[in-house]
Amino acid sequence: METVTGARASAAERVARRWQEPPGLRGFLTTVDHKRVGRRYLVTAGVYFTLAGLEAVVMRTQLIAPDAGVVAPQTYNQLFSLHGTAMIFLFATPMLFGFGNFLFPLMLGTRDMAFPRLNAFGYWVFALAGVLLFGSLPFGAAPDGGWFAYVPLTGPRFAPGPNLDVYTLGLLFLGVSTTAGAINFISTALKLRAPGMTLNRVPVFVWALVVTSFMVVFALPPLNTANFLLFLDRRFGTHFFNPAAGGDAVLWQHLFWLFGHPDVYIIVLPALGIVSSIVPVFARRPIAAYSLIVLATVATGVISFGVWVHHMFAVGLPQLSLTFFSAASIVVSIPAGIQVFSWLATMLMGRVVLKTPMLWAAGFIVVFTMGGVTGVMFAVVPFDQQVTDSYFVVAHFHYVLFGGAVFPIIGGLFHWWPKLTGTMTSERAGRWAFWLTFAGFNLTFLPMHVSGLLGMPRRVYTFPSGIGWEPWAMAATIGAYLLTAGLLVVLGTLWYAHRRGPVAPADPWGGETLEWAAASPPKPYNFAVIPTVHSLHPMWDERSRASLAEGATSEARVLADGHLVLRTSELDGEPEGPLEMPEHSWLPLAGAGSLFLAVAALLFDRPGFAVAFGVATALVLIRWLWPREAARA
Amino acid sequence: MAATKIGRTAAACAPLLAASCSAGAPSALSPGGPGAARVAGLWWLLFGIAVVVCVVVTVLVLWAVARRRDATAGTASGRRFVVVWGLAVPAVILTFTYLTGLDAMRAFEDPRDPKALTVEVTGHQWWWEVRYPASHFTTANEIHVPVGRTVHVRLRTADVNHSFWVPQLTVKTDLVAGRVNDMWFTANRPGLFRGQCAEYCGTQHGRMALHIVAEPDAAFTAWLARQSRPATAAGEGRQVFEAASCASCHTVAGTSAAGKQGPDLTHVGGRRFLGAGTLHNTPADLAAWIANAQAYKPGNRMPPQPLAPEQLRVITAYLDSLE
Amino acid sequence: MTTIDEITEPEALSSAPKGRTPSWWGMVLFVATEATLFACLLASYFYLRFLTSAEWPPPGIKKPELAKPLAMTGLLLTSSVWMVWADWAIRHDRRWLLRGMLALTMLFGAAFLGVQISEYATKLSEFTWTTNTYGSLFYVITGFHGTHVFTGLLMVGFTLVAALAGKFGRTHHERVRIVSFYWHFVDGVWLAILFSLYLSPRL
Repeated sequence: METVTGARASAAERVARRWQEPPGLRGFLTTVDHKRVGRRYLVTAGVYFTLAGLEAVVMRTQLIAPDAGVVAPQTYNQLFSLHGTAMIFLFATPMLFGFGNFLFPLMLGTRDMAFPRLNAFGYWVFALAGVLLFGSLPFGAAPDGGWFAYVPLTGPRFAPGPNLDVYTLGLLFLGVSTTAGAINFISTALKLRAPGMTLNRVPVFVWALVVTSFMVVFALPPLNTANFLLFLDRRFGTHFFNPAAGGDAVLWQHLFWLFGHPDVYIIVLPALGIVSSIVPVFARRPIAAYSLIVLATVATGVISFGVWVHHMFAVGLPQLSLTFFSAASIVVSIPAGIQVFSWLATMLMGRVVLKTPMLWAAGFIVVFTMGGVTGVMFAVVPFDQQVTDSYFVVAHFHYVLFGGAVFPIIGGLFHWWPKLTGTMTSERAGRWAFWLTFAGFNLTFLPMHVSGLLGMPRRVYTFPSGIGWEPWAMAATIGAYLLTAGLLVVLGTLWYAHRRGPVAPADPWGGETLEWAAASPPKPYNFAVIPTVHSLHPMWDERSRASLAEGATSEARVLADGHLVLRTSELDGEPEGPLEMPEHSWLPLAGAGSLFLAVAALLFDRPGFAVAFGVATALVLIRWLWPREAARA
Repeated sequence: MAATKIGRTAAACAPLLAASCSAGAPSALSPGGPGAARVAGLWWLLFGIAVVVCVVVTVLVLWAVARRRDATAGTASGRRFVVVWGLAVPAVILTFTYLTGLDAMRAFEDPRDPKALTVEVTGHQWWWEVRYPASHFTTANEIHVPVGRTVHVRLRTADVNHSFWVPQLTVKTDLVAGRVNDMWFTANRPGLFRGQCAEYCGTQHGRMALHIVAEPDAAFTAWLARQSRPATAAGEGRQVFEAASCASCHTVAGTSAAGKQGPDLTHVGGRRFLGAGTLHNTPADLAAWIANAQAYKPGNRMPPQPLAPEQLRVITAYLDSLE
Repeated sequence: MTTIDEITEPEALSSAPKGRTPSWWGMVLFVATEATLFACLLASYFYLRFLTSAEWPPPGIKKPELAKPLAMTGLLLTSSVWMVWADWAIRHDRRWLLRGMLALTMLFGAAFLGVQISEYATKLSEFTWTTNTYGSLFYVITGFHGTHVFTGLLMVGFTLVAALAGKFGRTHHERVRIVSFYWHFVDGVWLAILFSLYLSPRL
């Protein structure tokens, strides 16, 4: 496929002229290229992962032995609150959005996201929200009410400091970015697929991230509502969560978990999508039971909205409601089982090539299953009531979120590193990284199951000696150090490849989906000719591959008359016409910056400045949305 | 019962876990009452299922990886395999799990026992106020219960949410602001059962333990009688206590000390721990705690007491004598 | 344009490309997430209301008067009619009718806000958002909706300015349609608020 025909080369030249961005700092600040934005998401989320991970290392050091005095309780409480908040909001979701931003147009066979400037705006907002949340830590102003921020502990009476304002405002601000990203993913997947990519030819990763995006659209509002009301309670003296004036503390819990449980799947589904991308490539066959895996993904998204009360089994709600939510929580595990056995079937019926990405995927299947079986336990009401808010639940969700999301994320980084950077990673270093991480991960989190069963509550800054918790705490801490070492090897391997690694070909693994048809790293326009798609695995199918090389004969798919992409129909991927895309712009950065300043002004209780910066944001938006051309005819 | 059988098999697979149960920890797996025992049985059942599932998946992964097929990969859809092993089999296991869980829920329902002993527990940042309404006295952080009798606990909070958890006796029930929750448990053997607040409640959430002393009926009745009486000790310590700032936060029944911010100290000398499980209640630790509780439980509501050494000595002696 | 020529059917050339645009979907999804936000607020309203065993509104606060809210409803619903008309106008290339209808929409929307402000003036003397949870719910929900009407006014005003600048025509009218989605959504939410906050306490 690497033989470039003359027609294709000339198409590439013509298209390239239309897809140039300015060089240097100006280009850096104004780019709307989905690949640059996507990579930027990955790097920034990686930085926040490192910071939140270091917090975990400090916490584990404090818990290495009873009555340790490494950090004060007030500091510890900020560390665990920020660790959770950052890992969920500033690492997991943005990291997967980074994969989505980079991969969506490539996998779908187009040239950019549906809303490129919104994409860049979303990135800047996300980065600045991280600055706000992490920046509060050195001032002792980081959130200290847990990532779940239960009232009344977080209300005006018991948390008079700025810590919880950082939390509510930071998350509301970040929510703008997440919502914008979700809408962008859905619109892109609906309208910009290559011709011929009917719904049953859409890659599983795209399905997964689209389902996640729909979940964001409907799950983020409860969180935003909760944070909005809490901010008003704290700043303006309303009484939504104040029982003394007719409010209710449990309302917060309902709103929070109505977001919080879907959020688990918001994080896990795209990660599972990454696994569904890796496994077929390295099993050398299409994914087994594609339609079932898609159905399972959609079903998970829907059912996950009906299970939130299993986070509240100990609150004292009516027994009858518990039996309902117990059943729903059981049912939501069925789609996960389908996905696991679909990967297993793919591997068993294929011929597994155990390269580094596949190693991470295989390791993921094992640890994710372990997190899944303990997850089912939490649907069993009395057992949940026994181990909830203990170290058992800490163990469980780290198996689900570290095992179920971080493993695929790292596997995905190794898988797409050639595409992201144009360099190959070292297989040997990759194996070391995997086994160190795998060992460290299990040594950290397996003992926590035991700690929990032995009665150790979570979120405690220390514990007494002589009641049997020491060995398990010590093991977990040693595991955390080993895990850190493993992650450092991951980082080192990727960094070394980026700096000195061998040059990657366009398709090093024998890939399945269209991103492997683009150069490594891809040109700004991705594809000189928009391909036509004839199967679920276009790279393994001659007709789809041939369509990439037809330059001159398919002018309609070259689209060199402007900064153009091809718009297609939602269901069948029928061409509808070319679509002019916006080019590089200062507006995303200006909009995100002024919105950030408005939020900061609210944080410091300067309403005048908040209004001023809000108006500035509106002006940027007006400039942004102003129609570029006058109406013809 | 099938559950116990699977439980035993599972226990055999997990010598580590089994060993850890007997290490004196407040372990959910060494129950002191029927409720916790039911959950422990549930755990061994769930654990057995979990082990089987994990082993099957791991073996399949290893087999798929280890097997080197020379031929090219198959192209069958694999749908039947997924439907049977990923859908049908899990559905059967999960239905069974659900029904077992429903059945176990009944162990924590209101037993409607007219002879139940009612205890009112109020959570504070960061200690437990314990009231025996029938006997009209208040104590803190240590709950005595008679073996074999239903205990009805009414849970409230004076400030933020907390959660009442004594793993060997009962599962968690939250103390929710603005609400009253009820729960019931029975201890079926004497012993000292440790519990701890399980809902994050602020700075000293980590040091908010409580202890349940389950004792035979006679011993319990005697304890109840002692607690119902006001403090009788007198002397210099009492005068200093009443005169110093102690009395503005603490109550000692039978004296002029009637503060309500801190734990009731009427019979503090008889308790096993200080500061909600922070220190053992020895005279030396008691003196150290009074002088500067912030050193042991930073952020708690008791400020350091600027007492002369002699005052500290007599106050400590006085409190220690309140048994 | 040759590109269109080869991709689409010949009759499609006579107007804009067929099918929906990403912007259409973008606004639909944005409205969906905003509607969920209002659903959460109203769910919180009913949750807190039914948790209160006493009368609702709480003692000391009168049941809401209906004259002003019903007038507001009339204004907002009528404004939606003008908006529909505006959309129809531009698709038939009636540019001045579009401008007129957008201006009427704004007029009625602004009148809605005016009546709302006068209603607040009366209510604030009776209770505020710090009085109790009822007060908090009332002002936050109606106020949040009011800011949405204000945002909608900005969007319609923006569209009007663009229309005056000659940006819309028979094939260039998508923005009018998209802005109308938002405006109708703000209307629809008001009906839900009218029922929840004003009518339901009288049922």
